[in-house]
Amino acid sequence: MIEFLFDYETLRLIWWILLGVLLIGFAATDGFDMGVGALLPFVARTDAERRVAINTIGPVWEGNQVWFILGGGAIFAAWPVLYALSFSGFYLAMFLVLLALIMRPVAFKYRSKRPDPAWRTRWDWALFVGGAVPALIFGVAVGNTLRGVPFHFTADLRPVYEGSLFGLLNPLALYCGLVSLAMLVTHGAAWLTFKAEGTVADRARTIGARSAVVTSALFAGGGVLVSLGLLSGYRVTSPVAWDGPSNPLIKTVVVDGAAWLANFHAHPLLWIVPALGITAPLLAAAGFQARLEGWTFLASKLGVAMIIATVGLAMFPILLPSSSNPSHSLAVFDASSSRATLRNMLLATVIFLPLILAYTGWVYRVLWGKVGEKSVEKAGSSAY
Amino acid sequence: MSDFLLVDLSRLQFALTALYHFLFVPLTLGLSILIAMMETVYVMTRRTIWRDMTKFWGVLFGINFALGVATGITMEFQFGMNWAYYSHYAGDVFGAPLAIEGLMAFFLEATFVGLFFFGWDRLSPRAHMTVTWLMALGTNFSALWILIANGWMQNPVGSAFNPDTMRMEVTDFMAVIFNPVAQAKFVHTVSAGYVCAATFVLGVSAWYLLRGRHVQLAKRSFVIASAFGLASALSVIVLGDESGYALTDNQKMKLAAIEAMWETEPAPASFTAFGIPSQSDRETHFAIRIPWVMGLIGTRSVDRPIAGIDELVAHAEARIRNGIVAYDALEKIKADRNDTAARTVFDASSRDLGYALLLKRYLADPRQASEQQIKDAAWSTVPYVPLLFFGFRLMVACGFALAALFAVSLWHTTRESEAPRWLFRAALIAMPLPWIAIEVGWFVAEFGRQPWIIDGVLPTFLATSELGVTDLLLTIAGFTLVYGVLAVIEVRLMLAAIRKGPDVANVIDDLRPSADPAMQPAE
Repeated sequence: MIEFLFDYETLRLIWWILLGVLLIGFAATDGFDMGVGALLPFVARTDAERRVAINTIGPVWEGNQVWFILGGGAIFAAWPVLYALSFSGFYLAMFLVLLALIMRPVAFKYRSKRPDPAWRTRWDWALFVGGAVPALIFGVAVGNTLRGVPFHFTADLRPVYEGSLFGLLNPLALYCGLVSLAMLVTHGAAWLTFKAEGTVADRARTIGARSAVVTSALFAGGGVLVSLGLLSGYRVTSPVAWDGPSNPLIKTVVVDGAAWLANFHAHPLLWIVPALGITAPLLAAAGFQARLEGWTFLASKLGVAMIIATVGLAMFPILLPSSSNPSHSLAVFDASSSRATLRNMLLATVIFLPLILAYTGWVYRVLWGKVGEKSVEKAGSSAY
Repeated sequence: MSDFLLVDLSRLQFALTALYHFLFVPLTLGLSILIAMMETVYVMTRRTIWRDMTKFWGVLFGINFALGVATGITMEFQFGMNWAYYSHYAGDVFGAPLAIEGLMAFFLEATFVGLFFFGWDRLSPRAHMTVTWLMALGTNFSALWILIANGWMQNPVGSAFNPDTMRMEVTDFMAVIFNPVAQAKFVHTVSAGYVCAATFVLGVSAWYLLRGRHVQLAKRSFVIASAFGLASALSVIVLGDESGYALTDNQKMKLAAIEAMWETEPAPASFTAFGIPSQSDRETHFAIRIPWVMGLIGTRSVDRPIAGIDELVAHAEARIRNGIVAYDALEKIKADRNDTAARTVFDASSRDLGYALLLKRYLADPRQASEQQIKDAAWSTVPYVPLLFFGFRLMVACGFALAALFAVSLWHTTRESEAPRWLFRAALIAMPLPWIAIEVGWFVAEFGRQPWIIDGVLPTFLATSELGVTDLLLTIAGFTLVYGVLAVIEVRLMLAAIRKGPDVANVIDDLRPSADPAMQPAE
């Protein structure tokens, strides 16, 4: 059993799954923080309302954000070429995300340190940007990943990206950006109805019920684009050595209009995943209406997970296709770390991930309960 | 590939963002431990003054922590953004400690820092104290893993170049973790962080005592800071020596440059207390040498010599020639992956491959290098000596000054009479010293590693991303602007919080257990 787990092919598959787990973990936790940030100007108008909204995520956003940092570290460790290529390729987009995310911790901590309304309004803007901009850009990045980005490798495996920032802002990628934004706004609204009291929760309920339907429709629309052949996929044509060296120059890949549906056609059971990606947000919409707050949040979480999983399943085994040199695309079998590193990292994950989930769960339990204007007022300067 | 403006800008950006990030990290490292210690005293004695101290220093900790977190995000992604070839080349080894840092440290500190601030009324004192310690533990673990990663760049153990994947791959992960350079750096760096926090607490307390404000809180803080500070400062100095010791095995060139030791001296070598090193003359003018000391520090012996720069350059030249053999074999393997003869040659010479890459500064194919180019490449392994020489001495001077300050402070706190006002003024004036020492120390460690990004394995100038110069200029300008604004805001908030002092409501607060579960987040 252990031997089986540790052969190179299995390790690569496990790390492909863990990559998905990390992205989903990030979107399902920090996603609602970003959603709350993006919703801040709309659900909360007075200072007291804003503090309610902010303090629903006050104690937890920091831990949630670690999913993002860990995502970076784990991609670096398990998929070094992907890390090198995507972050240098999406250079200026990444820079914008970083600026937006740098503003966020500071805004949380500093906003309520001074009573001056202009001061607070400025930080509220920072929180809005820190939520909305990454939510949009992450979607744009996924869109470009689906579409393929122009890059190649030199013989020394030096990654060379050939595109520009504006090349990333194509209609299809922007469409994916909207899916992501709608999805995370819904997720943030679900959190707010679950955690906040009063007007803030009411407004979040109204917005969430609508954005959930939009999420479902936009995601389904993406599926239509793929099936109409408007979004071509990439298909590996050479024989694959699943335990071969991580060298992306050895295989051949072609552009194929139907490639992103091939896995679903080959394994019809997989259709459950996109189906849930469409229905779970609708369930969340119904939950908003029915005021089943806990269920709404869970449905939204399920939707987030299934939408992200759909992208991964559609592309498998490709990780990042090259539009200019398809054969240089990164795939699960040729962009990973060495077998030893994948094994070491798996051991570390098996030890620490359950611990993380356990103490994170405990912290959420300690903080259980609604946040309202009275409670924030009572906490005074010590709340955000 | 040889766009040196791009390389210089990438280095500038890394230096700016790392130095800036490292303004906040040391204070976080030490202050987390200090407030955990204060809270422990509170839990043991139940005297509310200690809880007030925990909360007050906690507020300052929080203001500082926010920027440490914010600027740390940049660090995690900058390798991929600006150093793509390095990321590909080293990710198999270097990425793992970074990921483990996230798993083991960041989650711990970030999850519990929220509860530290928001959990006062939701947790029993004992449980809250545990939360504080876990947060401090997480913070310190993160230093461990990032320094394991950094230690590997200084001394790349447990790994080998794989010609099939064209990168370094791990061969012995335990060797990477227990890398002596990494371990020495960890202890040295966290101790420096403790010194930084102790100096901060000492200085702020001294300011209160000079003005006769919050005397009870300030006095106790002064005592705990001077004791903690003295222990940490001694640890920095003693274990700084340990870093020097490790250098002689792994980074002889850095040591020779720090000491401006151009020629190998007969053992035991003398220590150059002062002098004016000249890179062009390749000697140190006006040197004042103390016999024996360097040999004792560097080799822990009286009979082993320490290699000088000239000898190390000659050594580098030999490795370059062997590296060219490895490069040639690698090119043959790239042309024909089944060329077993080339693989045999490569296996025998691959540890010098990085030295051949130094020649790429002058020409695309190292095999065509002229004798002069080989000699130039060998000399390019010498980092710029004067900066290292003076930087190191500045750092050491700050360290000794702080140790003396803590010693005098501690001595006065054990006496009945009031400590003299000049001591408080000295504590106030000393506040910038740990930051100067720490930033200069980072510079000595990383600039001293040049021209390598991974010592002996990959030259820095090959490691960047294929970006445009305008991209770099744009992001450097952006980071500088945002970081500058945040620095101003941070310092103003910090000063405001210090001026305001501890929460008066807390000071008169009694032991009343606050168990109202409906009560909301309170710090």
